[in-house]
Amino acid sequence: MVLAADSMSLETRHLGFTISPHEECGVEEAVRLIEASGGESVVLTLGPIEAAEQLRDAMAIGIDRAIHLQTDGGEWDPESTAAAIVDAVGAEESASGPFDLIFFGNESADAGGFQVGLRVARGLGRPAVTGVKKVTVEGTSVRCEQEVDGGRDVYVVPMPAVVTVKEGLNLPRYPSVPGRMRAGRKPVAVSAPARTQARLELERLVVPAGQGRRAELLGSGPSAAPAVVEMMRRIGVA
Amino acid sequence: MSNLPAHARAVVIGCGIVGNSVAYHLCRLGWRDVVLLDKGPLPNPGGSTGHASNFIYLVDHSKEMTALTVESVNQYKEMGVFTQSGGVEVARTKERMQELTRRMASAAAWGIEPVSLVSPAVVKDLVPFINETIILGGFYTPGVGVVDSLRAGTIMRDRAQASGALTVAAKTEVLGIDVKDGHVRCVRTTAGDIEADTVVITCGVWSPRVARMAGARIPLTPAVHQMIDVGPVPRFAGAKGDIEVPIVRDMDTNMYERQAGGDLEIGSYAHRPILYDPEDIPPIERAALSPTEFPFTQPDFELQMQHALELVPEIVGDERVGVKYAINGILSLTPDGMPVLGESPDVKGLWSAAAVWVKEGPGTGKALAEWMVHGESEIDLHSSDIARFHEHQKTRSHVRARAAEGFNKTYGIVHPSEQWASNRNVRLAPFHGRERELGAMFFEAAGWERPMWYESNAPLLEEFGDRVNRRTAEWESRWWSPLINAEHLAMRERAGLFDLSAFTIFDITGPGALGAVQAVTLRQMDVPAGRNVYTPVLSPSGGFKSDLTIMRLGDEHFRVVTGGAAGMSDKKWFADHLPADGTAQLFDMTSAMTTIGLWGPRARDILAAATADDVSNEGFKFGACRTIDVDTVRVLASRISYVGDLGWELYVPIDQGLKLWDMLWEAGRPFGMAACGIGVYGTTGRLEKCYRAHGNELETEYNVVEAGMQAPRVKSEDFVGREAHLRHREEAPAAVLCTLTVDDHKSKSGEKRYMLGREPILRRDGAPVVDRKGRRSYVTSAGAGPSVGKHILMSYLPPEHATLGGELSVQYMGERYPVTVAVVGSTPLFDPENTRIRS
Amino acid sequence: MVLVLVEHADGKAIDPSLQTLTAARSFGEAVHGLLIGSSVDLSAHGVAVAHVAQHASLDSFAPDAWAAIIVQLADRLKARAIFAAGTDRGNEVMARVAARMQLPLATNCTAVATGSPVTLTRQRWGGSLLEESALHSPRPLVTVAPHTVAIALYPAATTVEEFTPQLTEQELAVKVLERVSNKGGGVSLAEAKVVVSGGRGVGSKEGFAIIEDLASLLGGAVGCSRVVTSAGWRPHSDQVGQTGTKVSPELYIACGISGATQHMAGCRGAKRILAINADAEAPIMQNADYAVVGDLKEIVPAISAELRKSRAVHAPLPGPLPEGERG
Repeated sequence: MVLAADSMSLETRHLGFTISPHEECGVEEAVRLIEASGGESVVLTLGPIEAAEQLRDAMAIGIDRAIHLQTDGGEWDPESTAAAIVDAVGAEESASGPFDLIFFGNESADAGGFQVGLRVARGLGRPAVTGVKKVTVEGTSVRCEQEVDGGRDVYVVPMPAVVTVKEGLNLPRYPSVPGRMRAGRKPVAVSAPARTQARLELERLVVPAGQGRRAELLGSGPSAAPAVVEMMRRIGVA
Repeated sequence: MSNLPAHARAVVIGCGIVGNSVAYHLCRLGWRDVVLLDKGPLPNPGGSTGHASNFIYLVDHSKEMTALTVESVNQYKEMGVFTQSGGVEVARTKERMQELTRRMASAAAWGIEPVSLVSPAVVKDLVPFINETIILGGFYTPGVGVVDSLRAGTIMRDRAQASGALTVAAKTEVLGIDVKDGHVRCVRTTAGDIEADTVVITCGVWSPRVARMAGARIPLTPAVHQMIDVGPVPRFAGAKGDIEVPIVRDMDTNMYERQAGGDLEIGSYAHRPILYDPEDIPPIERAALSPTEFPFTQPDFELQMQHALELVPEIVGDERVGVKYAINGILSLTPDGMPVLGESPDVKGLWSAAAVWVKEGPGTGKALAEWMVHGESEIDLHSSDIARFHEHQKTRSHVRARAAEGFNKTYGIVHPSEQWASNRNVRLAPFHGRERELGAMFFEAAGWERPMWYESNAPLLEEFGDRVNRRTAEWESRWWSPLINAEHLAMRERAGLFDLSAFTIFDITGPGALGAVQAVTLRQMDVPAGRNVYTPVLSPSGGFKSDLTIMRLGDEHFRVVTGGAAGMSDKKWFADHLPADGTAQLFDMTSAMTTIGLWGPRARDILAAATADDVSNEGFKFGACRTIDVDTVRVLASRISYVGDLGWELYVPIDQGLKLWDMLWEAGRPFGMAACGIGVYGTTGRLEKCYRAHGNELETEYNVVEAGMQAPRVKSEDFVGREAHLRHREEAPAAVLCTLTVDDHKSKSGEKRYMLGREPILRRDGAPVVDRKGRRSYVTSAGAGPSVGKHILMSYLPPEHATLGGELSVQYMGERYPVTVAVVGSTPLFDPENTRIRS
Repeated sequence: MVLVLVEHADGKAIDPSLQTLTAARSFGEAVHGLLIGSSVDLSAHGVAVAHVAQHASLDSFAPDAWAAIIVQLADRLKARAIFAAGTDRGNEVMARVAARMQLPLATNCTAVATGSPVTLTRQRWGGSLLEESALHSPRPLVTVAPHTVAIALYPAATTVEEFTPQLTEQELAVKVLERVSNKGGGVSLAEAKVVVSGGRGVGSKEGFAIIEDLASLLGGAVGCSRVVTSAGWRPHSDQVGQTGTKVSPELYIACGISGATQHMAGCRGAKRILAINADAEAPIMQNADYAVVGDLKEIVPAISAELRKSRAVHAPLPGPLPEGERG
């Protein structure tokens, strides 16, 4: 990880952007649900102009249209993000009725706030289930399985609902070439929401110092096995 | 972890396919204590080799490139990393089908077999998933294949290490290269310093950055090549190997499609040129995939998806087949599309092997190693020589402009005379304005704008009528005008004025000057001051390094005049052979002097009208050079001719060039003098005289005897290539340079066709003509001979075919035309007694 | 005072919650614990009052109800700040609290300093990057990243106070209906004392046989990298990483794993890491305690064989396994 000169963001010049793993599964799940039972799927993101490419990626695998809440590239805190999404979803729903399901990634890959989906659910007055790795629509309810240590907790909540999902929910498909070509023609609604002053205010980023691990070489090839087992005995796991 | 030695015979920087090859071949040729470094990990340090598509097509219009490719394939095969798949280059247009017939000709000229032109139905048989309805045909090369370039690199490293001659250090970054007295001395790395007098930069897209550490320049630019991988392809399910179906090149869309195991790889050279600076290449830890795999930019690939869908709809249109991987891969582009090989003209001992692709990697490694160890390579590398670049050609602007322009020509139909559009008007003759007024059609040479012909000479077409040969076929009319032939006739009948500003001129002076020029020239240079001498410059093995003219201006003063194209490498060659004691110096006079040529039967009358000095045949003999006054301009006049007529090359300081031009123009008008373009100088005039040209007839792969240029005696002074030359004089030549004329130009359609050069010479029955060294006969130069009324070809022929009146054929655009051997050796077709130039 | 949500299982507070108690003490105020369902002993962790919430409907996890309880209790106690562990549940409940209170929330903090504003350090990218932030809030809401704060014992006289929260039907709408246990009932990845993990270097689905063998010999769990789950060689539940499971075993054995950031975020909590890799320069080697260089396909079976051999010597019962059973 390399920081930008002002230590306020990562140096991303050479990295490019992708949809994060959790969100990618959310997109895939939406496409599968619509493929199975009909309806319309919409992808929404809040981000800079470059994020349009990720919206195209989502539409390439089957999402019908996109909403782009465009920012100037600066980072938005979770409260502002959630507020902007609540406004956008509200406007959308007042025109065409509520979304049965709104998927979020369980937490963002970068800032890892674990809260935008739940704040939006609260803002919209909807039940929310988090950390979901299996989704089944059962009539007007949705059955959600949440991974916990040693098993899965099952929730059933009425729709409309908010579900925050985790990687492992499904294995997202690759977009086909025709899918990519179709994506280029699908509509993207762009707007620029206003940001409120962040109350969790980023001051700087720090790359953590190494954990001080310094590998002791136990050997090369299979002949290292006795040394490995000796180490295991020493630390009490063998 | 460092095991770096403190000293090395050579340090090779960069473990891509090129670095591994160079290191391996250096060790094979007997060098020991070679060190190979890379800042990245092995076996894939993160350069362009790591994401190369790794397929190899064999046929290129460039002989040099084809030779390097064929040699590389042989090495890949020997290492067991070559999988032959075949390849078919498909045509969607008629123009492309014609281009494919040119490819057939190049294949025959360079001896690539088998190849065939095939119908859409046959393409479909070869590549069952192709949509054959949108193609007109294809060029099929069964010998095309795919290599494992990373594995090849490992094998070469391992072999060299096993021999004990090579030390390899990965994750070792070069921090600096120390140069002392113009010579590389030490490589400083993160693992310590290595003293070495020889350093090879094989760093691909990083090469300019590393070269700069030594104060040298490697003119290339990193550029994007987009590639996607789609799969899983149902048809390829259960594929056993990497590739089982021939690779498709969709030439008209600048794309390729190849099987890669269960997937299909689709690559493109069609998108907008996306260039980076070497500084933009991220270090490994900052890169998303690898330093040379940049994030894919989808908008640049939209049209390419459409094109791929058209050609391979079965796979690309399959909704189950996904885009699994998409990159903007970074590769190296140079301003002229050729690699950058050889010792840097900036720093002694610093070698470059850059802008080399996987397909020519091992062959290039071998050639460079030969060059380093033996002083020259078996394959003539003059088109790739790092020393070829003029100063302006090394600038960032030039490199980027030409690389951008060249990128979309990767699969393009490029006419042999095609001119660059970008970065023109870089070097202008002092009389450039006059030339514009005369309607000059400018061609570029070494950055100079040179008139190829003048539109204002249109009245000559009428004057010479049927004697001016015309062309109707579009291809050979392109970048050509019948005005060239008309100007030629005007010169032969009266006189012509030529802009020769593109000459490269350098002076060798000092007490050691004579020895310095003697050491690199075939001919005797110890002539009286005031003489000019045309001489071949030989390579160590007696081939042609160059040919040029040297004027002796004083006891310790020689002026070397050579062409623009070879000028910079000639300059390095002379500089490299200056005496070590510093008794001779080289000064580049190119931008100090300009040159005007004046030739034709009335040339003396015109010059005499402009000067009071004696320019009579007695007063100014052929082969003499001296100063004359033309009004207020002091002119160095040299009586010599490359067009076979009476006349002079006139050298003046560049600031007085315009005045000289105007004086000569005024003097010439009463005599019907015409401004003549380089079309006459470089093609028609010289071909009628059977004068050879460097890069065409004269290459290191042919020797003086074969070229028919041996003198009765060899000077006693030593010179580069002397020993080999003496040997060549003793043996029967394997081939003899001949001049042929075309007997019948009519094609099957009835249209007359005119060869442009590089076509194969075949027997009348179509069988190839091969000499005992395995070299194919091909047309080294082609062009009109207006005064002899023939289309003239030159070609090296084996002795059994080198007979006057011998009947052969030439393959052009898919047809064979009868030709006859008109001259064996160097006797001119026109004015064989040379009375014109001597009278 | 500051209020800390203390998660507990099997009659004990979980370690991340104890770590959170330690972190919360840095505020220099009285620490109150909130236990939901039943009480556990927190007297060694400086808790002045342990509030035990009990309600008929709290037989299973109900995140909105938990959030409601925290809000009610914090309001009643006028808690200056609220803490929870940065576990899945802790983060979820605190996010619901934050949404209800319309206050900012700082998750997965590694350090918190009182003040106005509160200054803190929190994890990004699963801990691969740290963020220093100011939290402007009348009532700071904070979760503490597991295994980043060492538990410091602080004996205190803990008063236990039970209370019954007021919960609406809506607050109980989202509730765990059933717990489906994993089939096979092997050692859970998150809890395992040893995790043997395979990456791209394992080469195939079948290649995991040797990984499974070693894991079962050590009584450990099998893990894998993201490449492996993407390739479909292992189920996603085996994935160790930022988007998979975060593990904290005594020994983490990384076989053929290069050590990408996303993976290291999942195994950073391991006490010791053994890397087995063909590339001596792979990033994992810089982040490991022990390393063996070479082909894991040879090394892993050799370790298993060596274990069996040594057990034949050291453990006479129930009888030695045949030597070199799996070759």
